[in-house]
Amino acid sequence: MDHMSQAAEVASRARILVVDDDASLAEMLTIVLRQEGFESQSCARGDHAMDDFRAYKPDLVLLDLMLPGKGGIDVCREIRAESGVPIVMLTAKGDTLDVVLGLESGADDYIVKPFKPKELVARIRARVRRFDAPGPEALTIGDLEIDVAGHSVTRTGGSINLTPLEFDLLVCLARKPWQVFTREVLLEQVWGYRHAADTRLVNVHVQRLRSKVEHDPENPEIVVTVRGVGYKAGTS
Amino acid sequence: MALDQLGRQHAAEVVKHALTFWRRSIQARVVASTVVLSALVIGIVGWFLVQQTRDGLLEQREDSAVTAATQVTAEAKERLRGVPPTETDVSEQLTDLVEPIIELGSTRDFAVVLSGPAGESRIVDSAQGTLRLDKTSVPSAMEDHFASSTARTAFTYTELRTDEVDGSTTGEPAIVVGSQVRLPADSQTYTIYYLFPLTDEAATLQLLGRAMLTAAGLLVLLVAGLTWLVTRQVVTPVRMARRVAERLAAGQLQERLRVSGEDDLARLATSFNQMATNLQRQIRQLEELSRVQRRFVADVSHELRTPLTTVRMAGDVLHDARGDFDATTARAAELLQTELDRFEGLLVDLLEISRFDAGAAVLEIDDVNLVDVAHRIVAATAALASQSDCRVLVEAPDHPCLAEADVRRVERILRNLVTNAIDHAESGDIRIRVASDEHAAAIAVRDHGVGLGVGESAMVFNRFWRADPARARTSGGTGLGLSISLEDTHLHGGWLQAWGRPGEGAQFRLTLPRRVGGVLRQSPLPLVPEDITEPVR
Repeated sequence: MDHMSQAAEVASRARILVVDDDASLAEMLTIVLRQEGFESQSCARGDHAMDDFRAYKPDLVLLDLMLPGKGGIDVCREIRAESGVPIVMLTAKGDTLDVVLGLESGADDYIVKPFKPKELVARIRARVRRFDAPGPEALTIGDLEIDVAGHSVTRTGGSINLTPLEFDLLVCLARKPWQVFTREVLLEQVWGYRHAADTRLVNVHVQRLRSKVEHDPENPEIVVTVRGVGYKAGTS
Repeated sequence: MALDQLGRQHAAEVVKHALTFWRRSIQARVVASTVVLSALVIGIVGWFLVQQTRDGLLEQREDSAVTAATQVTAEAKERLRGVPPTETDVSEQLTDLVEPIIELGSTRDFAVVLSGPAGESRIVDSAQGTLRLDKTSVPSAMEDHFASSTARTAFTYTELRTDEVDGSTTGEPAIVVGSQVRLPADSQTYTIYYLFPLTDEAATLQLLGRAMLTAAGLLVLLVAGLTWLVTRQVVTPVRMARRVAERLAAGQLQERLRVSGEDDLARLATSFNQMATNLQRQIRQLEELSRVQRRFVADVSHELRTPLTTVRMAGDVLHDARGDFDATTARAAELLQTELDRFEGLLVDLLEISRFDAGAAVLEIDDVNLVDVAHRIVAATAALASQSDCRVLVEAPDHPCLAEADVRRVERILRNLVTNAIDHAESGDIRIRVASDEHAAAIAVRDHGVGLGVGESAMVFNRFWRADPARARTSGGTGLGLSISLEDTHLHGGWLQAWGRPGEGAQFRLTLPRRVGGVLRQSPLPLVPEDITEPVR
């Protein structure tokens, strides 16, 4: 998807695809989202989600994990295969395994049912809002070239495809290569959490980012772990 | 000094290792006791045999010595009888008497001493005898025996001492036989002592002893080897069974013993394997049950949460719009909102508890600084505290108090303790103390509220337990908070304990091991607050 046109759409009304089999909840979500100034469309079946996604071209997907037809994890994987659009999982399970599985299959964030509507809206806003790029800004981290305004990451000519969240994470680290970011700080700056939240979000996304940008994800050189503290940009 | 100490330590360690080996190894014990016993028996038998042989040899030698002495004496008497009665030179006659005997002695290997007239002179004064023979070789008891002129032939044992050319004296065991002759020259009785050396017998006995010792040593070695082999046959399968049992205990349920033959050990192995199979089946069943339970909890969770989310959102919409409603409906919307909060909290806690019950709770371990946790919780509960006119204070050391723990769960425990304290404090300070040592880190929450009655400090952790059912709740606790905290603590292998006394407040203490899997022996903080001085009944 072209990032520039996406950004332009966000500026007007963000479009949200709600994938949830519970009709009442889907309708309630639509009501609340409309109140908050979003456009939305709902989809009740997992196996129809991809068609609706392609037709509606949403700016964000709210995805339930338990769906008829096709599981939410699979839907998540398929969306991620063709787009970097933010995905927020609606999960009824707080269990570590399900959350980690969802995040590993490509979700950017998750929210556990039952949630407060304001909480949900805050998460959506955080994901739809992008880093403001006042002017052309070029960053380097390791052997990577980052064009912040153009939302592109290149390595010796070849471009690396990152989701907006992964891109934000990388930019956040690259802007202050001297600083060690704790997981809490990253949650605040990249995900928009104001209070402490689940630091597994950071762990999983750092792993995903590494699998795309590192030469050897087992010995990371671009996103380096600082044991007991957090992460920082690699210097080499 | 230090080296000496080190050496002693080393020696002590070696002894300890040896003792441990001794305690642990049946084989060593069986072999050692068999060796000791057989050595004892062989020793006794050997000693007995040597003794018998010695007695036999000596008896034979005595007989031959006495016979020889008697014969030689008889021959001497014969010679004396042939002497004409006119001969009166005593010393010449004595020389004539003794010379042939000494000569005979030198060929038949015995020494001779001829003492003076019986009862008149001692051997040392006036004796003739074999050259270089130390005359004191004849014991004085023997001499006393021959003091009378009518003493019978007698023998005894003595040491035969010979003066060597170089002046030294050598001794060897010998039999001395005494016999008397009457000298015609002066009609006095003279005693001839024959000293028969026991050199041959001593050599024989020595040889026998050496042979016996060698045989005994070999025999003991053989017994040790045999015992070792036999016990090995029994101990090896037992050790194998032990290893398999250990692996089973460690959770490798598919481990089995190899059964070979039909002897007792094979039957033991068969029974053992049967037991393992039964255990495995039972555990599988339990695992299956637990899995079903977890699945059920997950389903209930999903089924309950989705409608609750809808209700929750609807309530929120109504709550936000309550300004447009009339007073009654607006109040209803508010009540709906607060009760939804409570319902939600209850549901979350219930699901958490059932996860513990299903054994589905897992730890996400990290190095946690309890001081940071305390400050975070104080910040998070500040609003609630100010509502109840409480101050929450943290007393912590300057250094971090670290423990390997799941930060989410530790925060939840502390949040529960602090909100619980705020609930019961009825204003006044709440103190959070943090401390650590090398084995454990602890955090204690002290309030000065109503306190706990006798026996209540154990009951506070029961599900839905209330100190006073009539008391109002301010924080809207679900009654499950402390139970969940206790489960969280157990998951860490830690302690969560309560102290309280009516009117003097309460203190809850959480102690976590410094390392995951560490065993707690004591907490860095006392359970009874230091401001309480009287002994607790």
